[in-house]
Amino acid sequence: MATRRKTAADRPPDRLTAAFRVVGKALRKVDATAKVVGATKFADDVALPRMLYAKLLRSPHPHARILGIDPSRAAALAGVKAVLTGKDLPIPFGILPVSQDEHALAPDKVRFVGDPVAAVAAVSEETASAALDLIHVTYEPLRPVTDATDAVTHPEPRIHDYGDGGNLHKLIDLEFGDVAEGFAAADLVREDLLFFEGSTHLPMEQHAAVADWSPDGKLTLWSSTQTPHYVHRALAKVLELSPAKIRVIATPNGGGFGGKSDPFSHEIVVAKLAMLTGRPVKITLTREEVFYCHRGRHPALMWVKTGVKRDGAITAMHFKSLLDGGGYGSYGVASTYYTGALQTVTYHVPRYKFQGARAFTNKPPCGPKRGHGTPQPRFALEVHLDKIAEQLGMDPAELRLKHLVPPNSLTANWLRIGSMGLGPCIRKVVAGSGWKEKFRKLPHGKGIGLACSSYITGAGLAIYWNPMPHSGVQLKCDRGGGVTVFCGSTEIGQGSDSILAVIVAEVLGVDPFDIAIVTGDTDLTPVDLGSYSSRVTLMTGNAAIQAAERARDIIARHAARKLELPAERLAFAERRVFDVENPARGLSFADAVQLAEAAEGTVGTVGSYTPPASPGRYRGAGVGPSPAYSYSACVAEVDVDPATGIVRVPRIFIAHDVGRSINAATVMGQIEGSVYMGLGEALMEEMAYRGNRNVVHKIPSLLEYKSPTTLEMCDVVTYVVEDPDPNGPFGAKECGQGPLLPVPPAVANAVYDAVGVRIDVVPITPEKVFKALRRKAKGEEPRFGPTAFPDIPWPDPTRVPPPWEGGDGKAVPLTPGASPGLDGARIPGHAPGVRDR
Amino acid sequence: MPPLDAKAKIALELNGEPVEVAFAPHKTLLEVLREDLGLTGTKHGCELGECGTCAVLVDARPVLSCLVLGLACAGRRVKTVEGMAEGGRLHPLQDAFAELGAAQCGYCTPAFLLAAGALLAENRRPTRDQIKQALAGNLCRCTGYIKIYEAVELAAARMRGEKAQPARETLYGYP
Repeated sequence: MATRRKTAADRPPDRLTAAFRVVGKALRKVDATAKVVGATKFADDVALPRMLYAKLLRSPHPHARILGIDPSRAAALAGVKAVLTGKDLPIPFGILPVSQDEHALAPDKVRFVGDPVAAVAAVSEETASAALDLIHVTYEPLRPVTDATDAVTHPEPRIHDYGDGGNLHKLIDLEFGDVAEGFAAADLVREDLLFFEGSTHLPMEQHAAVADWSPDGKLTLWSSTQTPHYVHRALAKVLELSPAKIRVIATPNGGGFGGKSDPFSHEIVVAKLAMLTGRPVKITLTREEVFYCHRGRHPALMWVKTGVKRDGAITAMHFKSLLDGGGYGSYGVASTYYTGALQTVTYHVPRYKFQGARAFTNKPPCGPKRGHGTPQPRFALEVHLDKIAEQLGMDPAELRLKHLVPPNSLTANWLRIGSMGLGPCIRKVVAGSGWKEKFRKLPHGKGIGLACSSYITGAGLAIYWNPMPHSGVQLKCDRGGGVTVFCGSTEIGQGSDSILAVIVAEVLGVDPFDIAIVTGDTDLTPVDLGSYSSRVTLMTGNAAIQAAERARDIIARHAARKLELPAERLAFAERRVFDVENPARGLSFADAVQLAEAAEGTVGTVGSYTPPASPGRYRGAGVGPSPAYSYSACVAEVDVDPATGIVRVPRIFIAHDVGRSINAATVMGQIEGSVYMGLGEALMEEMAYRGNRNVVHKIPSLLEYKSPTTLEMCDVVTYVVEDPDPNGPFGAKECGQGPLLPVPPAVANAVYDAVGVRIDVVPITPEKVFKALRRKAKGEEPRFGPTAFPDIPWPDPTRVPPPWEGGDGKAVPLTPGASPGLDGARIPGHAPGVRDR
Repeated sequence: MPPLDAKAKIALELNGEPVEVAFAPHKTLLEVLREDLGLTGTKHGCELGECGTCAVLVDARPVLSCLVLGLACAGRRVKTVEGMAEGGRLHPLQDAFAELGAAQCGYCTPAFLLAAGALLAENRRPTRDQIKQALAGNLCRCTGYIKIYEAVELAAARMRGEKAQPARETLYGYP
């Protein structure tokens, strides 16, 4: 194993409390000017001499065997330079080591309408498109699996020949303490069924990639990817090239949201076509094709059962999820675990059972969309708690506030909580929205609803388990006082380049705009695993602090000698190095760098970051641990028209515990953008298929896939709460995903407050509200939602005693009737040390 | 098949300068700008007229360049994002978008800037609702539009000669 690396916790605590010069200010992003003048080069803006254009032929069938492909007529068309089919790229790939189930071009079977089967490179896009029409594919259609329940009831024909049986890709059963005993000790036990519809990222930029092959055997790929490191791995594997001969350059992404986190067919295809033709090859997907790439939110059917005491204290929770995974694995195994991982990090859950299943279906693969696997269970949990609060006669805000997970504690499933600012977040939105004056007191048709959430700040375990850092930074100081920072992170609009500049500027006392940032290039930058799971600020930030502090130490050594002072007395600020006790006595930063360079040679340093080890040591403990958890609370106002069921959201109040704001303007933008995307999922966004018509996507276009325009977007009142976490750089936690999570349940709870019907499904569309209102008028259950959870052949549970029942983070053997570590255990109402602020 | 690439030539005014360009006659203005004139600041999100990402100004009116034939622009005045900054100085809209973080990924930004510029040319003091109406044809997935509205308002105030600064809540949230 690796030696433990220095983490933020090893640094003096003043990093969390110090006054900052740059950190926390509202700054322009370092790439803002390029973006407003149109100079930023996105992948489709890359054009090389003699470039060819590629197009993919995609399957018209949701599920079929390929009996034969005849590309000869296409290959003979004037202007066509190469044609590829599945046999040209036989090696499978996939983002997760456990699901290497994709091929760049389907060799023998297609698994969704849109699955690529052949590719053409030609002198123009028009010629390439014309050539696709000349490729003859013979299919033998198979029965398609249309959704997750269909997959449960139809194990045959199998979509894949691996997984946990039939068309079930993954089955999970985890048990943290005896939940039956917990339910028995409850004053109220409630069960609910909810459904979260799938949705897609819809980045404004269509995926694009350009490959260039040099006769010396070097491949270069420019791609709109969030994860150049994993694309690098996939290209090396499929093309059987040495990674040293592949350079992946992640161009700035025109929006990602998780949709550009997998290695994709089109990236491998253009690389292969460039190798075959010796010419650069570009592909830019059409908007329709972007819908087929998908990897978006898994549709999730969820069942939740919770036992509570009269004061709302949870005694036990049992949560089941069934995910519609689409045609391939993608991140799906992780997504499935995530639907059960974070239920425990907001309110104290002493005993917890999670059963999760992911089904293969004949639709575009689902994967990680903003919040990855957690918005669905958060919706279920927060609506469920709203119903429990009503049954207990408690205010939902009070119920939550009374039972918050304490900071610096372990959860039942062995997640280590650091800073925990949910209490202040709830108080902010309750006070700001006038909650106490409005809840259950507004006129019919107007409503207000509350929900909370939490999200990881990066995953504690990487996709490939190895002892190497998750993020690396190199730093070079120039004689003129400039600094260059190299990092493998990818700028997807979230401001990751600026985070590096702000952090290095803070440590070295220079201006953020004195710093050049080089990112996302596997030849030039040390590995950072990518822009996903809200990991970048924390991980690259800690790596950047380490590199910058090392540079500061070198420079200080020589400045101290010149100034005849101990190095500890030197401060770095305003582009100067000076005596903290006599600021007039000092040097310019550039002069100090020159002294250091004269004495020691080029001033260059490195920094890296590896997350702390997680205390959970059971199978499945790899998903959920994070260096730090962000917290959010949300209050939504709604206007519901009882005549039509139309829901309008005039305003949302959102409070987010970001730990420490690094760039205030960016934090605001991430929070507002998360609220926007949550609102879209709450009210309108859905990946909808014609199940009875070949499982064709209903609406693969920007016009018909509804997303909020300026006319639907609500006003947002944002509160930034800072509860610094010792693991974060200067205490920072994530802010780009977490604030999405509470929005759908807050809207659903507000609809109930407005018109007294429960919509246990998102999106909350007018017809669902209307149907529920009709039922209410007829005296039926005033609800719209799922009514059954299918029987699933769950495996034997993995039993892990919670920390307060004598566990050590490991699973215990299955011994019916007796669980070691549980003997005589009492159900604690609270873990010790509940902090209520 | 008739040759697709028998080129047509047109003259137009592009970003204030006379330009001649030859291109295959079926090409859209979007393609002519990006491929034949090298102005890649104009982006595309659907090429079907659905998202607003490719908007440019033709005779000072916002149009979707993916739905306009290049040939239809002969003799017209076309303005793209590359023509907004003058003399090395950002246009007040560009400056406000950069200042407030109204450009996150930046992909939809050129079209928003041009559409907002067309609005401010007609209405120096637009209300928030007028801004929403003017920008309703442009999709943005990053910002939730809030920083865009605030940047348009800030730029409008500055273009009226006011010494406007962003509100504290805009940059730091509510206390």
